[in-house]
Order: sequence, then structure tokens, then C-alpha cells
Amino acid sequence: MIFSGLSKETIFAPATAKGKSAVAIIRISGAKTTPVLINLIGSVPQERVLSLRRLNRPQTGEFLDQAMVVFFPNGQSYTGEEAAELHIHGGRATLNAVVNCLLEEGLRMAEPGEFTLRALQNGKMDLAQVEGLGDLIEAETEAQRKQAHLAHDGIVSKASSGWKKDLTYCLALLETEIEFSEEDLPPNVKKQARNVILHLQETLQKEVGGVDMAERLREGFEVAIIGQPNSGKSTLLNYLAGRDAAITSNFAGTTRDVLEVYMDLEGLPVCFLDTAGIRDSSDPVEKIGIERTKTRARDADMRIFLLEEDRQTFPEIEYREGDLELQAKADLIKEIQSRGISGLTGQGVDLMLQDISRVLENRIAKVGVATNARHRQAINQSLEHLAKAYSELGRENCRDEIVAEDLRQAIRALETITGTIDIEQVLGEIFANFCIGK
Amino acid sequence: MIHHYDVIVVGGGHAGCEAAAASARAGAETALITLKFDGIGQMSCNPAIGGLGKGHLVREIDAMDGVMGQVADMAGIQFRMLNRRKGPAVQGPRAQMDRALYRQAMQNTISQAANLATLEGEVVDINYANGKLEGIILADGTVLTAKAVVLTTGTFLRGIIRLGQKATPAGRVGDPSAVRLAERLDDLGFPLGRLKTGTPPRLDSRTINWEILEEQPGDDIPEMFSFLSSKPHARQISCAITYTNARTHDIIRRDLDKSAIYGGYFESTGPRYCPSIEDKVVRFAERESHQIFLEPEGLTTDLVYPNGISTSLPEETQEEFVKSIRGLEQARITQFGYAIEYDYVDPKSLRYTLETRNLENLFLAGQINGTTGYEEAAGQGLVAGLNAAGKALGKENVQFLRSESYIGVMIDDLITRGVTEPYRMFTSRAEFRLSLRADNADQRLTPKGIELGVVSAERKERFGEKLQVLEHYRDVLAKKSLSPSEAMDHGIVISKDGIRRTGLDLLTYPEVNLSRLAEFWPELKEIDQQTTILLENDSVYSRYLERQNQEAKSLTEDERCRIPDEIDYMSMKGLSGELRSKLNTIRPETLGQAGRIEGMTPSALAYILSTVNRKTSYSQAGQ
Repeated sequence: MIFSGLSKETIFAPATAKGKSAVAIIRISGAKTTPVLINLIGSVPQERVLSLRRLNRPQTGEFLDQAMVVFFPNGQSYTGEEAAELHIHGGRATLNAVVNCLLEEGLRMAEPGEFTLRALQNGKMDLAQVEGLGDLIEAETEAQRKQAHLAHDGIVSKASSGWKKDLTYCLALLETEIEFSEEDLPPNVKKQARNVILHLQETLQKEVGGVDMAERLREGFEVAIIGQPNSGKSTLLNYLAGRDAAITSNFAGTTRDVLEVYMDLEGLPVCFLDTAGIRDSSDPVEKIGIERTKTRARDADMRIFLLEEDRQTFPEIEYREGDLELQAKADLIKEIQSRGISGLTGQGVDLMLQDISRVLENRIAKVGVATNARHRQAINQSLEHLAKAYSELGRENCRDEIVAEDLRQAIRALETITGTIDIEQVLGEIFANFCIGK
Repeated sequence: MIHHYDVIVVGGGHAGCEAAAASARAGAETALITLKFDGIGQMSCNPAIGGLGKGHLVREIDAMDGVMGQVADMAGIQFRMLNRRKGPAVQGPRAQMDRALYRQAMQNTISQAANLATLEGEVVDINYANGKLEGIILADGTVLTAKAVVLTTGTFLRGIIRLGQKATPAGRVGDPSAVRLAERLDDLGFPLGRLKTGTPPRLDSRTINWEILEEQPGDDIPEMFSFLSSKPHARQISCAITYTNARTHDIIRRDLDKSAIYGGYFESTGPRYCPSIEDKVVRFAERESHQIFLEPEGLTTDLVYPNGISTSLPEETQEEFVKSIRGLEQARITQFGYAIEYDYVDPKSLRYTLETRNLENLFLAGQINGTTGYEEAAGQGLVAGLNAAGKALGKENVQFLRSESYIGVMIDDLITRGVTEPYRMFTSRAEFRLSLRADNADQRLTPKGIELGVVSAERKERFGEKLQVLEHYRDVLAKKSLSPSEAMDHGIVISKDGIRRTGLDLLTYPEVNLSRLAEFWPELKEIDQQTTILLENDSVYSRYLERQNQEAKSLTEDERCRIPDEIDYMSMKGLSGELRSKLNTIRPETLGQAGRIEGMTPSALAYILSTVNRKTSYSQAGQ
């Protein structure tokens, strides 16, 4: 297989460290830079000048972020290719939205070192810069080792080796039909291939769904505490934090922003969000707080609804499976109908935490092994080719070599996760399964 | 006495003949040295040329005006296009050969070639000084000097034939093995390995009951190997098919411990795709029968090659199991099957020109590099011959790229990955399979041959004419077009997007071919058969070809970036130990080749490239 890093697709990658920061920078390099900028911000800004632009998602027109954009023409960038930088607001949601948008535009996530490789190929680095490369690779390897260790203790490689096996076997079936048509082959080889593809499609489909969850696992789950004003949300949060994280008082509407408390819940990183109480308000500041509450609450992984006796529903925030509904201020109520909680006495808190970790654990169990956007892109591309292969196999005059070509593309797409699948392995599979040879 | 040549080719097998002919075509004074002139063009294994991947190689050799294709067309007695019912990219021409005719045709070709002398003799040593080869020494003391030597010794390096529990040193049945040459290569520090292969017993045609067997005729319209041939020269015959049965398998199982392969006499690796009948019976125990092709070895011989029962069982067992097979009840074995074990040189020690890194001016081609098959040998012969001549005459190296030919795929596989079993070509080894078709080998390579000046005037002219016709009709088709509704009027359904489709676009639809288009564009009726096939074949994969062309372009760029020989990988601390030692063994010559090494990452490539750039700029600064 040809090393994909060498082909001249347009690539991109966040240039800033992942995590919370005020600004995140995404670097883009390659010939598609201009069309992508036009699609995202409507035009190419003046060369090498930071320009303020609105970033929209081309497919829907949805507003993504207010960004500073800088464009580097061919020959005058770090890589020597046409390039751009998007300086967007930090934070997971914005970054993910822009990353997904660039993937939709047909760009590929850069592999580690790929920008540097291009810079070198285009003669854009001087000797001093080049001297440091050895150390860079060492550092990169160390980082990868740590990352791999932290991630899943090898689950990724284990699961992807399963896909690798399926793909290799499937291609072997096709190649057998092509290379050894003269031999005495068993019937139904193609039917078998179709079944393998079908199975693989299902598995990969699930993986794509699991990527989001995996990102949460890495970056933290959000649990929003929701309730009417003065229902004890902040008190509960303070209890959890063991300190005065949110200002609490008896006056409704005290919390005007979203406050966060991070906890390690039996090994799960969880971020509790204290949200402004939901009520109609004429105070413009409070209104903003309430809007934010709604957005954060909807985006959170889990919601804890603090209910008071007379007001049981929150029409604007949907209850979703796994959310908890608890009786607020349980310390004040003599006869508790359902489960109660009190941030003042700590009543019910342990039970709540157990419930939260149970719910999140269940979700993690469904997490696939693919853990980031790059994986998702690889899987989606692979799925596209698998679909073509599957439909060609269903044709009456199926062209085996075309199915094989799509399978190869499917394999190539997945190689960033599975590692390379070598033709020797495919041949090995053929000779292990079929009696070939005159 | 001392004779001088530009290029000496040692060995008159398929690699040797092709190397000598290529070197001579390139204008080098060339000598072919062989044990016996009569052994030139000998087919030591099955009497057939071509097949999938292999047929592609023959077409490519022919496109460079090599000899194998035309010789095979002279000697072919049953032509079949394999995979005729699949797409054009995976169809491969194959033909049964008359061994005697093949030898004869090859010997004629070699004797008539300009710039090419043939000498009989055994090469026992090579002369060298300061890491450079200077010539060879024959057993009778003759010294020959040369600017370049191509060694194509096949299985002769320390060859040992095994039959049952017997072992005989030999290059092939009836020929001695070359021990002294192997020892010399050992001394020079060539990394040697050991491989094995096998061959079936040969049968007497007159003792086979052909009447009761299934006949396998050739194609009604035989497909030739050479772009210059039009029809077979020899009378055409059929083969037959039979099968082993439960009793055959019982006999083989009973005597397994007496087999050279299963008796534990071998340490070397045999090919998985060419298993012995012992292997098949053991590994696929559930199978009740295995197919055997009975291939006549020629029109004037009674020898038959039973393709499918290669074995190293003792003589008695071979007699017994052969007689258990339908149609072979009375069959007489004229030569027993055997396994052969031989030395090969790790091809990772070669450059893409097939010159060795250990000894300048020495080139290796064929089975000595761990390959199997006549076609693989001939392909390497072509590469080594052209480059040896280039070296001798001070011309540039000739590189075959993976994106342009199966020959390129093979050479790159060999020098980048080495071999663990005898290397055989498969179409699946070519990632550009859809572009590298047998039908377009001339379009891919003949221009290269013309540029190198190794193509005859006749071929050049015929190729030019063919291309002109093809371009003309491509142009005609590109200029004609239909809107979706016009297409609908002619009964061709395409999506109603208002976009006009040219004739070339329409051809990409599976249900559309040229005769369909000729129904409403009558001038297309005059397109000849050959051009029709080429136009239709190109259109089958057009959706995939664009991507392949892009990848090919980027590959070509990476192949242009040369890595100098003196680069010291072991001192590159940033690379992992494993990668360092791989790089040190393979010593890639281009950035492209480095990128194909297993475990390579972009950062590691960047690091290598940076070291290359640094070296280049230092040396430029020093000039």
C-alpha cells in the first residue's frame, strides 16, 4: 500500500493543545484551502492579514463561531502550500463543530508530523529547524505512548484488529475469485463476502455513534443540575464541591451564569453544571443566564431535575433517558413521595452519585473503540467504500475487481486505526482457506 | 586468453535470455555464457507461459521489445485468456508451450541478435577489486572482463534435489549445481537464504486414457502475447482435466513420512501457492479430490505434465498414487517428481536497477533473487539487462515504477520487502491494478522503450499507428454528446440532471458499448476490433482511474526524491530502533520507497528527508 501521508490531499489539524483555552487555532494546508475558505467565510481574506469573519457551516448555513482568519498564499506558508489558520473560540463544542465541518468539506485530518513533512518537501525549513526534528519525533512517540496507555489499555488495537481480520478475509475472498478462477473453488464465495461486509458495516456504524461518548470519557461528562429558581441547585453544588463554588442565597435568580464543579466519580471525569433557575424574567441579565442554562442543559450528557411539589415539569428542557428526577429540598419535607435530595444535609447525595455513575458507566459500555474525530472520519470513509462494494456484489454481472478496489479503499481509509493491511496478509488468508495451486 | 565485453550475462534461462537481449538492444557488446547452448530457453517446470499477473509481465516485456512474448507466440499450442468473463484489468493471457519449439525459437532469437555473442562454459569465479566487479573466470581458465555482469543462475546455487529420502546436488535434473559461485557470493557478504520448490512426475502420453477425460480446449480466437503477433504458428491442441480421489489421498497419507518435504529433510520455505500434493492432502484433509490439468509438453513429444501433483514422495509411492487417478490407471512415469532446494540472495540488498550494493557492476536477475516463474525471471532480466548496458555505456538508470508496470511492482516488492517464499506475481500485488492492464502494456511502456532506443523500427511504427487511431476515436467520442432526454430517446437511461454526456461518458455505463452508440452515431461502425476493445476497456474503470492517476502522480514525485547512499540511519536517534535497522537493511533509494517500508510514519519520513536536505545543502555549499 502506498503511504497515505505522501499524497497531496488538503489536510488540517488543531494547532493548539486540546482542552480549555481562550483561543483554538486550526491549521489548513493544501490546494483546497481557497474553496474551503470561500465555503466557510464567503471569501478569501487579504493575504497574511488577520481578519474577523463569521464561520458558517456550508451545508446548512448554521453559524459556528466568530473567528479570526488568516490566509497564506502558495509558497508563503509554513508548509509552502496554500494554507490558512482559523483562530476560533476555545472549548470543545466550538472546536468539534469546526472540525466536523472541515471533514464535511472533504479535508483530511493531518497525521502527526505531516505539516512538517510537507514543509520539508517544499523546501520551507532551514537547517536549524531541521536539527530539532529528531527530538520532536522522540517527544511525539512519548506522547503517543502515554496517550495509548491512557486511552483504553489497548482496546483500540484489539477491536480494530477484529475489523482488520474481517477486511483482510473479505478482500481475500474476492482476490481468490480473481486470481484463482481456474481452481476448484467452493461456491458461495461472494455470498460469504457479502455477509462479512454486512457485519462489518454494522460494527463500524456503531463505532461512529460511539465516538462522541469516547470524547466525553476523555474530556469529561457534563451533568446539568436543573430546577426552578431557588430550588437548591447551588446548595447541592456547594455540597458536592465541598466549598463555596456558587454563591447561594434565598433570593430567586442569584445564579446568573453557568458554574462548573469537576469531580472524579469512581474514575469517571464528571463536570456538574449549576444553572440559572428557569423562570420567566424581565431582567435582561437574568434572561441571558436562562438562555445559557437551556443550551447547556440540552447539550449536557445527563440532567438532574430538582422538582418541587407543585411544579413538576420543565417544558423547555426535555427529559431524556438516564436523566434523574429528584425531590428538591428533601430536608424540608416531612413525607417524601419519591426520592429526595438535600444539598443542606447531604441527604440522598450518595444515592444520586451512585445513580449518575451507573448511568454513565452504562453509556461507556456502549462506547466503541474509535475515540476521536480522525477515527470517525476514517470509519465514515471506509463505510462509503464498503457500501459501494456491497452494492456491486449484489449486481448480476458483479465485477470482482471493482469490488476489490472498493474494499482496498475501505481498508486504506481505516489504516490510520488498524495499521496497514498488507497484501501479504491477504495472500496468507487465501492460502490458509483455499486449496490453491497446481 | 582475455576477452572483453561491455556486459556479460551468466545463464541462459528466462532471465538470462531477456537480460542478454535487452543489453544487446541497448547497444552494449554483450556475451551470454551458458553451460550448453542447447540449454538456452529451457523450460524446467511446467510447459506454459503467462497467466494472471504473469501474462501482464509478458506483455510488458514485449512492449519494451523483449523476446519472451514473440518466442511464446511461436511455440504456443493452446492459447487461453484467463478470466475472460471478468473485467479487462484481471484478464491474463496464458498459453501451453511446445518445449522443443520454445527452445528452438529462443535459441534462434539469441543467435540472430545483433551485439550478442553466446559462449559455452561454466563460470567458477568472479574478478573484482575495490568493491567493483571486473570480470569472470570460466572453469577452463578463460578470463572475461566486462563493465557489468548479470548473474542469472536460477536454482543452481548449491541446488539439492530431493526425492523421497535421497538427496542429489544438482541445478535441475541432469545439470550440476554451482557450488563455487555460491561460496564466492558468501565470501562477498551477500545475505543468502534458502528456498525450495517442487515439480510433478512426467507421464507418457501414450499410456493415458484420454478418451474418458474431460477435454479443455483453447480459446476459439487465440489471444497472442506479443503486440506484433497476429496468430499462432504451431498446431493447436487441447489439455485434459482429471482429479485425485480418496484412494490417492490414502496412499499419500500412508507414505507421508517418506516424503522429502514431510520427512523433515527441509529447512527451507516452499511456496504456499504451489503446494505439493502432500501439502494439499494434509492441509485440506476434508477435500476428497484435487484437480489435475494434463498438459502435453509439445506436438512431437509424448511427455505430459500433470499440473497439480508436484511431489517429493519416493518413486514407488509416486507410481502407486498416479495409477489410482482416473485416466491414469495405466500411466507410465517417465521422470519422477522431485523437490529442489537452493540458495537465493536476499533481494533487499539490491538497487532498483537490480545492481547489488555489495559489489558495483554486478547485477542479479531471476530465481537467484528469490522469485519463481519464467515471466518473473524474464521481467527482472529485462531490468537488469537494460541497466547493466546503461552502466557499461555510461547512460542513466532505468527505473520501472509501481504505478506504471507490474515489472515495477515486482522490483519494488523485492528490494523493499524481500521474500519469505518464492515470489510470484499476482494481480493483487499491484495497487494500480485497474490501470495496469495486459491490453494497454504497450501504451504504458513502449514510449519508454522508444525513448531508451531499445525498440525496433517496426514496433515503433506499428505502435504509432495504433495510437493515432485510438486518439482519433477518443477525440471523436469526446466531441459527440447527448442530453439526458436525447439519451432517453435512444433507450439509454441516465439521471435527468440536464448535463450532457459525451460519447466517452456514455461508454462508462455498464449497459452501453460502442456498437450500442453506433446505432445512432453510424460513423462509429467503422472502428476496428482492436480499437473498440481498447476504448471500451478504458471506460470500464474510468470512475477509479482518476483517483489512481492522482496517486500515481504523487508517487512519481516521491520517487524523484533520491536518498543518497551514504546516509547513516543508525545515527538517526529520533527513529525507533526497529525502523533504524529496517532502513539500514533496505537502504531505500527514494523517498517513495522509504514511505513503503512497514512502520514508517510521516514524522520519520520528515526526519529522513531533513537529513537528505541537509546533506544536499552542505555538499552544495562545499562546491
